[in-house]
Amino acid sequence: MRKMTGTAAAVALAAAVLGACGGGSDGSAAMTELGEGEGAVNIVAWAGYVEDGSTDPNVDWVTGFEQETGCEVNYKVGNTSDEMVELMQSGEYDVVSASGDATLRLIAGGDVAPVNTDLIPNYADVFDGLKNQPWNSVDGQSYGVPHGRGANVLVYNTEAGAAPSSIVDMFSADSPYAGKISVYDAPIYIADAAIYLMATQPELGITNPYALDQDQFDAAIAALEAQKPLVGQYWSLYTDQQAALESGSVTLGTSWQIIVNLAQANGAKIDATIHAEGATGWSDTWMISSKAKHPNCAYMWMNHIISPQANAGVAEWFGEAPSNAKSCALTADPNHCKVFHADDEEYFSNVFYWTTPTSKCLDGRTDVECVPFSEWVNAWNKLRA
Amino acid sequence: MLAPPLAWLLVVYVGSLVLLVAGAFFSLDEFTGKVTSQTTLSNLDEAFTEPAYWSLVARSIGVAALVTAICLAIALPVAFYVAKIAGPRAKRALIVAMLLPLWSGYLVKAFGLRAIVEPGSGGRDGGLLASLTGWSPGFGYPAVIATLAYLWFPYMLLAVHAGFERLPDTLVDASSDLGAGSLRTFRSVIVPVLVPSIAAGSIFTFSLSLGDYITVKIVGGTAQMIGNIIERALLAPNQPLAAAFTLWPIGIMVAYLWTMGRLGAFENL
Repeated sequence: MRKMTGTAAAVALAAAVLGACGGGSDGSAAMTELGEGEGAVNIVAWAGYVEDGSTDPNVDWVTGFEQETGCEVNYKVGNTSDEMVELMQSGEYDVVSASGDATLRLIAGGDVAPVNTDLIPNYADVFDGLKNQPWNSVDGQSYGVPHGRGANVLVYNTEAGAAPSSIVDMFSADSPYAGKISVYDAPIYIADAAIYLMATQPELGITNPYALDQDQFDAAIAALEAQKPLVGQYWSLYTDQQAALESGSVTLGTSWQIIVNLAQANGAKIDATIHAEGATGWSDTWMISSKAKHPNCAYMWMNHIISPQANAGVAEWFGEAPSNAKSCALTADPNHCKVFHADDEEYFSNVFYWTTPTSKCLDGRTDVECVPFSEWVNAWNKLRA
Repeated sequence: MLAPPLAWLLVVYVGSLVLLVAGAFFSLDEFTGKVTSQTTLSNLDEAFTEPAYWSLVARSIGVAALVTAICLAIALPVAFYVAKIAGPRAKRALIVAMLLPLWSGYLVKAFGLRAIVEPGSGGRDGGLLASLTGWSPGFGYPAVIATLAYLWFPYMLLAVHAGFERLPDTLVDASSDLGAGSLRTFRSVIVPVLVPSIAAGSIFTFSLSLGDYITVKIVGGTAQMIGNIIERALLAPNQPLAAAFTLWPIGIMVAYLWTMGRLGAFENL
């Protein structure tokens, strides 16, 4: 009897705890003025976004910030957007470099606060094409500052044969790279399969890889099932893919420019390209937690990381287009902005930024329901089981 | 005097388990990925009716069983030698040697195995095995099984060794006096005495292997076990589904402990 009571109490407690977690605050207001720094700032970011010289002594845009503001930078790498959402929900972090498949989830969940861009002087220099976009603003209210954007690259071993030019090499059973293909281990990768289907099965009628109805989604999953025997590695830790590229155990894969750069620096015989069919990519936004314990330092960081100097540093180190127009004059390679198409909207119209799929189709179709992201997650789990 | 520790156990251990199980019954907001206050059975449905997960669970049990079998096969002769044949001085040294691996870190050992099995390719030497012999199992289930067996072997060895220590030499002598060959002695005298120890040792090797996901990440290549799927669901983030998946290992371990209990694993602790 006593045990039963204990169990019942625990169940009630569980319900209370879980219920409390489910609430989600509705829009705490943006800050109106900046105060003194709190001495620290906790950051969740993509690999390579927060460099303090420990990876490469010449790559450091953190130490100067710490000295200037007195805000000590604590940094955690998020390996996938999903992981970043999970980390931000914990409330332990102040700022996050969120991609488009995380931003709206964070806003809807009340995990991030609106951002008063007037408090961020460098915001004025951000490319207009990146301001007030559907992935960083809601009803004209900004929820962050644009960081930069780019396309996921196709990395290949230069000794394994001619350079690939098509995404078909990632999926086709007679791919010369069969067995040594490296795939990003996250549900959002289903969109890459959708791009493959856009090229090879036009009759499916996919126009946006994040707006898949059930038939299109099933076809994408079938393509991924067929791809499985070709895959040598599913990576989510960027260092895992880097190691595999260096050892030659994978010879083709979806990658980020920074991984390619790091592996090349270690002597890997690899290069990167973008396949002709269009690629998935990202447009990242620095956002501030609605539960931020260091809001002033967080604003200072957001201003710092999009300053021309730091923004140019990150853009070049990570291998992406910067968001600050003035960055282009400061990159070590004067052609960097040109090579990465910094203000080339035409080029980016061929890049499908990571976005959270919803049941309301993102491509505007209303006659059919699309598969929401939660189903993408379940399908990916099943595929990987 | 027993009340405070018992209350502690109830709150911290049973309480958190109950929270975990209860978590599996809550639904997730499709868009924000947050747990809502609505209850649902869909997580259990997802975790328990999908054939893809059945095969994953079967594979995980297979890995844990194989690890246990390998540990046992090596532990039996080694423990016999240490307990019954080695002289007192050698015995002390051997017992220290048995304990020694337990003092080094899990990650150190897992990465050590990784350095051994890493396949060579593209003109690179690869790991120790590949560069010495030109062959390596590469990353995958064989590497996972070998690594887990290496990690958990000391637990099996210690349990079996304790079993041999308890076996009076006179029993073995009596058996041979009565005309039994060594095989018959092993089967009819030694094994029955050892069963509880083996069962106790296997609880360590089986449960630690079943729940492991880090070794799989280090040497598993594309291999996956239950733990990886739980981690995956947790990071999705889909806490309720992760909770539903944990019911698999919980259920398996309850059944396993019950069976081992019947074999006497807990009688000689």
